[in-house]
Amino acid sequence: MTVSDPPGLSGLSLPQYAAATGVHPPLASPEYASTRLRAPSQPLVALPQRLTEITGPLLGAERVTAADADLTAGHPGEPLGERIVLAGRVLDADGRPVPDTLIEIWQANASGRYAHAVDDHPAPLDPNFTGAGRCVTDSLGRYRFVTIKPGAYPWRNHHNAWRPAHIHFSLFGRAFTQRLITQMYFPSDPLFPFDPIFNSIPDPAARQRLIARFDLDLTEPDWALGYRWDIVLRGRTATVFERREGQ
Amino acid sequence: MSAGITPSQTVGPFLAIGLPWPDGPFVVPEGTPGAIVISGRVFDGAGQPLPDALVETWQADPQSRFDHPDDPRGAAPPRAGFRGFGRCATDAAGAYRIVTLRPGRLPCEDGRVEAPHLDVSVFARGLLDRVVTRIYFSDESDANAADPVLASIADPARRATLIAAAGPSAGTDVTPFRFDIRLQGENETVFFDV
Repeated sequence: MTVSDPPGLSGLSLPQYAAATGVHPPLASPEYASTRLRAPSQPLVALPQRLTEITGPLLGAERVTAADADLTAGHPGEPLGERIVLAGRVLDADGRPVPDTLIEIWQANASGRYAHAVDDHPAPLDPNFTGAGRCVTDSLGRYRFVTIKPGAYPWRNHHNAWRPAHIHFSLFGRAFTQRLITQMYFPSDPLFPFDPIFNSIPDPAARQRLIARFDLDLTEPDWALGYRWDIVLRGRTATVFERREGQ
Repeated sequence: MSAGITPSQTVGPFLAIGLPWPDGPFVVPEGTPGAIVISGRVFDGAGQPLPDALVETWQADPQSRFDHPDDPRGAAPPRAGFRGFGRCATDAAGAYRIVTLRPGRLPCEDGRVEAPHLDVSVFARGLLDRVVTRIYFSDESDANAADPVLASIADPARRATLIAAAGPSAGTDVTPFRFDIRLQGENETVFFDV
């Protein structure tokens, strides 16, 4: 070591995050046409989990107000569509809750139209719906949004291609290794067998983990249907590294 | 264990509705003494820029510390105005820009020392999972030569895809670095499995 080296990790342990082997879609999934020019062609290089990987941004309450979890609010009137309560927990693969973590969501409106200039689907925009929300999980990893059920919409991937209704979810977890962006789907969607994004997940059982379930207990009488969806991030195990003498 | 983990899906073409923050590109506020600017473009396998990508960065502070409870050296006291995290959506030309401070070097468990770097996630339509890369600095050649991650990449041309090039400071005290990301094909950026 030179005198200017940063302080070492003598006798200290770094948590390690277990691999998500076989869970995520292959980057090269040619049925989803946009992967063809965007998926890397070289194999990924193994990156050991060191200090930068086992830490991460702990963004929480300072980025969120209570109103941000209600996508039906903040406009002059109520959005059209089926009002829903969407709630669940964020856990790691060992079943531990992930508290105080930022969740960001975005979605199409009830007609299947995004409030975005690039979306030219000829379905109506809703002046009372933007489609973005955020919240922070509580001490038990729980989250809750109020929104409307998004519509299915056509896209250009192949002839007569339609996306099943979905809500985009972005999660940080506790470490860079746990960062996840995904999509939540609704039960019994007839478009599942035809969607190359949903079916890019190799394990059919893992696909099912993206589907929320209807929950009568979460449903509020005379007001909104309830859907429950839990999100599971990579689990971690503490590993002790011993400092070798003379290094 | 991987049982029960929620699979990734693409951010799709409309991430701009939900993810960009006005302060996202500013790991430190613009004008912070010693700030550096890292900018570049994201390209696909045909050399076309991506107007719908999101670049995120995560890094240590200049004293090699993280404001995080899992840093076994102890969490650094929060530095006013330093978030460690940057986020920038690409514009119509595929360009992104992050304003930050140069991170310090980091100790490894085995006594080696990692060169100053940022961990990077790239999200876009057509990426079913994020891709992860690292930004190193061209003016840190001694530290880079000792870095165990760079050393794990045998091909110098591939290693070079991880080095941001220092540019002229254009009369300000802000050091500009250029870091382009090529998702596929010629000069494809090295991406990591973390």
